[in-house]
Amino acid sequence: MSPATSGFSELRLDGVSRRFGSQDALSDLDLTIRAGEFIALLGPSGCGKSTALNCLAGLLPLTAGSIWQDERRVDTLPPERRGFGMVFQSYALFPHMSVRANVAFGLRMRRLPKDEIRRRTAEAIRLVRLEEHADKLPGQLSGGQQQRVAIARAVVLEPSLVLMDEPLSNLDAKLRLEMRTEIRRLHQSLGLTTVYVTHDQEEALSLADRLVVLRGGRVQQIGSPQELHTRPGNWHVADFMGYRNLWPMRARSVEDGLVTVEADGLRLVGDPVGRIAPGDAVIAGVRPEDVRVDAPGAPNGVPAEIEVVEYQGRELAAEARTASGVQVHVRTEQRVAPGDRVTLSVTPQRLLVFPADADEQPAAAPGDPVDAVVEEPGLVG
Amino acid sequence: MSTTATRPARPAGAPQSPRAHWRHRLAERGVDQQLWLLAPAVLFVVLLFLYPFFYGLGLSFQPTEGGPLSDYARFFGDAYQRDTMWITLGIALPAALLNVLAAVPIAYRMRGRFRGKRLVTILLVVPITLGTVLTAQGLLNFLGPTGWFNRILMALHLTDEPVRLVHNYWGVFFSLIITGFPFAFLLVLSYLTGIDPTLERAAATLGAGWWQRFRMVTLPLLMPGLATTFCLTFVLAFSVFPSAVLVGNPAGETRVISIAAYQAAYEQYDYPYASAIAMVMGLIELVVISVVLLARTRFYTGSTGGKG
Repeated sequence: MSPATSGFSELRLDGVSRRFGSQDALSDLDLTIRAGEFIALLGPSGCGKSTALNCLAGLLPLTAGSIWQDERRVDTLPPERRGFGMVFQSYALFPHMSVRANVAFGLRMRRLPKDEIRRRTAEAIRLVRLEEHADKLPGQLSGGQQQRVAIARAVVLEPSLVLMDEPLSNLDAKLRLEMRTEIRRLHQSLGLTTVYVTHDQEEALSLADRLVVLRGGRVQQIGSPQELHTRPGNWHVADFMGYRNLWPMRARSVEDGLVTVEADGLRLVGDPVGRIAPGDAVIAGVRPEDVRVDAPGAPNGVPAEIEVVEYQGRELAAEARTASGVQVHVRTEQRVAPGDRVTLSVTPQRLLVFPADADEQPAAAPGDPVDAVVEEPGLVG
Repeated sequence: MSTTATRPARPAGAPQSPRAHWRHRLAERGVDQQLWLLAPAVLFVVLLFLYPFFYGLGLSFQPTEGGPLSDYARFFGDAYQRDTMWITLGIALPAALLNVLAAVPIAYRMRGRFRGKRLVTILLVVPITLGTVLTAQGLLNFLGPTGWFNRILMALHLTDEPVRLVHNYWGVFFSLIITGFPFAFLLVLSYLTGIDPTLERAAATLGAGWWQRFRMVTLPLLMPGLATTFCLTFVLAFSVFPSAVLVGNPAGETRVISIAAYQAAYEQYDYPYASAIAMVMGLIELVVISVVLLARTRFYTGSTGGKG
């Protein structure tokens, strides 16, 4: 198949908002997607990412804002007239139609000539490597095969935009990795503009050109995988990006672009993200793999004791506790065991210091109140 | 339980006792002590259905005069009797069809969640609780020559004399709709909620308008359910008796087959003849249901992904 022939240059979301009753599921999403780009919407469940996708697909009307494809306004069109392809979390294959008929469905709706339908259907089925299953019903296929049918069904139309709603979340770990590569491969060969919703940061980082991190219906940060990985914009994003160590602390002094923070007898030097003044409440974050583990008594470190150890192949993930009671997640290649005494240290460039929120602390973070939002769009149009 | 508790423990790997082995094999085939829970139902079916059925079947071949088949010959040879079959089919088939067809759009609209859904459902289902006699009474009052319906028609000068809607075909037909629709509606609603609504959303993103979504996705998945619903409402309508007498014209155009059987049994006291008529009645139902169920096998009947 040729790369997207739909010929648009950008898709613009302008203050897109959606309320359910009095709950803001999505507020003020501004985003410009360039043709051919792979965008991942990332966030915990209830953050508004599926709402955003359903708004894009036309399955959920906006309560405010607009969506533009170049100069064409699309948010007022019903889903069947937008020409976007969608891959659902539950695959949503038509159970009474063969694989071939499922893939051909969209082409038939466009009333294309019979032989073109046959040709393009066969091509799409070959693309997802399901030739020998083309005449089976979806119920006779495995989860991974069904997902490939769903993808073929969406891309066979060469849509100007492909929407994917957590397409891999129902697959087992091994299949998930395979399908991830498959999706990346398809995107590279077809160049279809894609918006991909996931709660898995690893999936988002490995697939997307740009990530949009959502929380409580609001955009937290938009950036490339590297930007989000190395420099999250706030501690919520950091939390989501694998900064498992997030300690509430207080800024002591700021000099040479570095900030010294203190809490519970712990004094650390880190890299400030945003404006931080001495005396501010801050949250210091560091990834487990950026915590150095040395033998007890090493200089410039904090003594700690290993409490829990998980085997993770080449490395060990361990939980340590300092003398003052601060819990530290570490990843190390050293063979530590519970009860071992160690010295922990962090280089200032790897310790990010974020301004603390007035009302929320990392430890109390899991009970995100927005989780309660029911994201169940009704069909419109 | 008691056997294993009282015996000394067997050494590991020793063969099971033949009895335990046998019990295990039976359990794998679904034969165990819980089968006794089915006993009341089996007893019920045997005493209240199978025995009377075979008794009637036997009786129908023992006419008061003539050979074993002479009561059947009598029924089919007499045009007045034979016509009851066509009269009954002429009422029951359209009524069942209309019940199913009317239930589809209403259930389709009602399957989602919306305000007042419960109230609407109650209103649609209430006729089940009324019973035929109350329905007939209501129909007579409402649709009769001096009923509200005709009074309104005449007040609007749409008609000069009352339209006859009771004590004929239409009275029975309306009565069957009123009592049969709630069944059809409830059944169709449950079949519809068994279809994953995401399927229609997927069809929409693939360019299907509402009619195409319904015709190519929902309807094919619903067809087996509609067939079953049709069979059940047809059986209900085919055995119509009270409303055929109360709001119909039991001597003429609504002389349904159950009236013929009733008259044979309780006016002529000819039980073998009545049994023969009842057997004919059952046979017709069986034929109609077989045809519908045979057609049903042509549709996809597997999982439809919903919560039903």
